[in-house]
Amino acid sequence: MIKILVAVKRVLDFNLRVRLKPDGSGVDLANAKMSMNPFDEIAVEEAIRLKEKGVAGECVAVSIGPLANQETLRTALALGMDRGILITTDEEWEPLNVAKILKKTVEKESPQLVILGKQSIDGDHNQTGQMLAEILNWPQATCVSELKWQEEECLLTREIDTGLEVLAVKPPFIMTVDLRLNQPRYATLPNIMRAKQKPLSIEPLLNLNNSLTPRIKRLKVEPPPPRNSVKMLKTVEELVRHLKQEAKVI
Amino acid sequence: MNTDLLFKEEERLVRDSIRHFVDEQVIPRLQLAHRNEEFPVELIPQFGKLGLLGSYLKGYGCAGLGAAAYGLVMQELERADSGIRSFCSVQGALVMWPIYTYGSPAQKQKYLPQLAKGERIGCFGLTEPDFGSNPAGMLTTAEKTAKGYRINGTKMWITNGHIADLALVWARCENKIRGFLVEKGTPGFTARPVKGKFSLRVSITSELHFEGCEVAQDALLPLAEGLKAPLGCLSEARYGIAWGAVGAANAVYHTALTYAKSRIVFGKPLAAHQLVQAKLAKMVQEITKSQLLCIQLARLKEEGTLEPHHISLAKMNNARMALDCAREARDILGANGIIDEYPVIRHMLNLETVNTYEGTEDIHRLVVGAEVTGISAFK
Ligand SMILES: Cc1cc2nc3c(=O)[nH]c(=O)nc-3n(C[C@H](O)[C@H](O)[C@H](O)COP(=O)(O)OP(=O)(O)OC[C@H]3O[C@@H](n4cnc5c(N)ncnc54)[C@H](O)[C@@H]3O)c2cc1C
Repeated sequence: MIKILVAVKRVLDFNLRVRLKPDGSGVDLANAKMSMNPFDEIAVEEAIRLKEKGVAGECVAVSIGPLANQETLRTALALGMDRGILITTDEEWEPLNVAKILKKTVEKESPQLVILGKQSIDGDHNQTGQMLAEILNWPQATCVSELKWQEEECLLTREIDTGLEVLAVKPPFIMTVDLRLNQPRYATLPNIMRAKQKPLSIEPLLNLNNSLTPRIKRLKVEPPPPRNSVKMLKTVEELVRHLKQEAKVI
Repeated sequence: MNTDLLFKEEERLVRDSIRHFVDEQVIPRLQLAHRNEEFPVELIPQFGKLGLLGSYLKGYGCAGLGAAAYGLVMQELERADSGIRSFCSVQGALVMWPIYTYGSPAQKQKYLPQLAKGERIGCFGLTEPDFGSNPAGMLTTAEKTAKGYRINGTKMWITNGHIADLALVWARCENKIRGFLVEKGTPGFTARPVKGKFSLRVSITSELHFEGCEVAQDALLPLAEGLKAPLGCLSEARYGIAWGAVGAANAVYHTALTYAKSRIVFGKPLAAHQLVQAKLAKMVQEITKSQLLCIQLARLKEEGTLEPHHISLAKMNNARMALDCAREARDILGANGIIDEYPVIRHMLNLETVNTYEGTEDIHRLVVGAEVTGISAFK
């Protein structure tokens, strides 16, 4: 049986409308409802399914962020993960640094499979999994939408522009998951209660010999421009005229 | 007001998980269920799987939630529909809780695990055609026989009645009120639906008949004696109703708010008009206060100092509050307020029942009145 590590991020709840800080330095998260990144829920679900199928033994969830991330990890435990690790930091790290921090955890925990969401809905980078694979020098399968575990290797389907691509990978490897992979379960009340007893360790972030220097500088965060109201047109001629003269696209 | 901060992490987790489930699995079925006067029985196994039935009991496959977490479950269920919450209230607080509290070890082993899984459905028969607010007057009797008891009488307005596998029936026995567990199919026990309801249409309501219904000695709940036994069950259920009403109020408030922001009247959103803002502000104000009442009830329940008059105050306040919010919300939606495409009219109609059952608003006022004056008005 393999050991699985799943990375989970705490993000602004996907139902909420994003509010920006007045100084344009970022998104205002004060008192906002936070939840587990939806792609990470899929990652957690897949780990639990592999455990239920007898493929995986221990499933560990790791999160990087402030103490409040314990709630996100507790959710993962309530869904069925065995153990949680919180690496505490109040800073928001860019993908490469997140990958570096995760690498440390991988080295310590030695899982044979690391599952991540393909991206987090706040930064939308879609980079962390790839970077982690690169710095670990592990094979990777990104944006996975179907998984078949066979004796020795795992068949992973990815949706690409030209159709479906199937990769065969042997552990250890990195997998990032897409929406269609599975439908996450609801945490049941008995499991939420059981999750309280599961181990959740809190570790400080060590600045890995100062290798975590940020390379990306955020200049400004702005809301998208307000959308103009819709114009209803009656004829095709009118439409063509608008596309030519106003939208200037043809 | 950040009332969220008053909840513990685990309580929020419980609420969010049930909220997810309710949004995705329950709410989409309600328009038709309500229109067709049907309870979505297909949800029962899921309720069992999620641990919604008897969630605050310990052991027997129950989750063992704390009081506030249990309350939040009721709140989220009633955000969907009062009938959905009623199903879970009856099963958990009015059938499982009394077996758990007043039952023999054999009764607990026999019934609780199956009730928790939703494999058996229970109902609670206290009210009679002629005795609602005054259950002490009940006419149903249980006569001692050689092998057990013979039950005669009629129970009215019984939630889950004709789909129940197990009825907890209260009857007068040797001049004391006692509780009996009567299984479906016992000769002399029949149940038939109450139709034509304009409220709680998503919930099943029935009439139960007992005509020389013979039950064995072990049908009796050994530890339930006197009217205080069924009243104890009602306290448990009413506690859940106080929370549930906040959920229903949340649902109508959010519907009204969204509607008022998008509906344009006299050249600007409905929500930009002062009278409408006053209504919305009033709803927020009342919902927040009601929620705070619930949180205090929960903390009292957790420390074991909760008294029936505390529950009466909150049930009375919150059911009325939710009903008032629903009526205002219905008004804000204009004609759309009367059509089942929006949940508002359904909640508004439901809340008429919520304000009446488990002790009417006035009866609870009298309970509080008796507490503050020391004089009981109904004795
Ligand atoms: C949909 C639905 C589901 C229900 N489910 C159940 C169930 O599962 N199990 C169960 O046992 N019962 C159930 N009930 C019954 C419910 O609890 C009773 O209807 C309720 O207790 C009120 O009783 P009543 O209808 O007989 O009204 P009454 O007692 O006749 O009251 C009528 C009016 O008189 C007022 N009144 C009564 N006494 C006084 C007084 N002393 N002073 C001043 N005013 C007074 C009341 O406030 C009310 O306004 C249900 C009812 C409904 C509508």
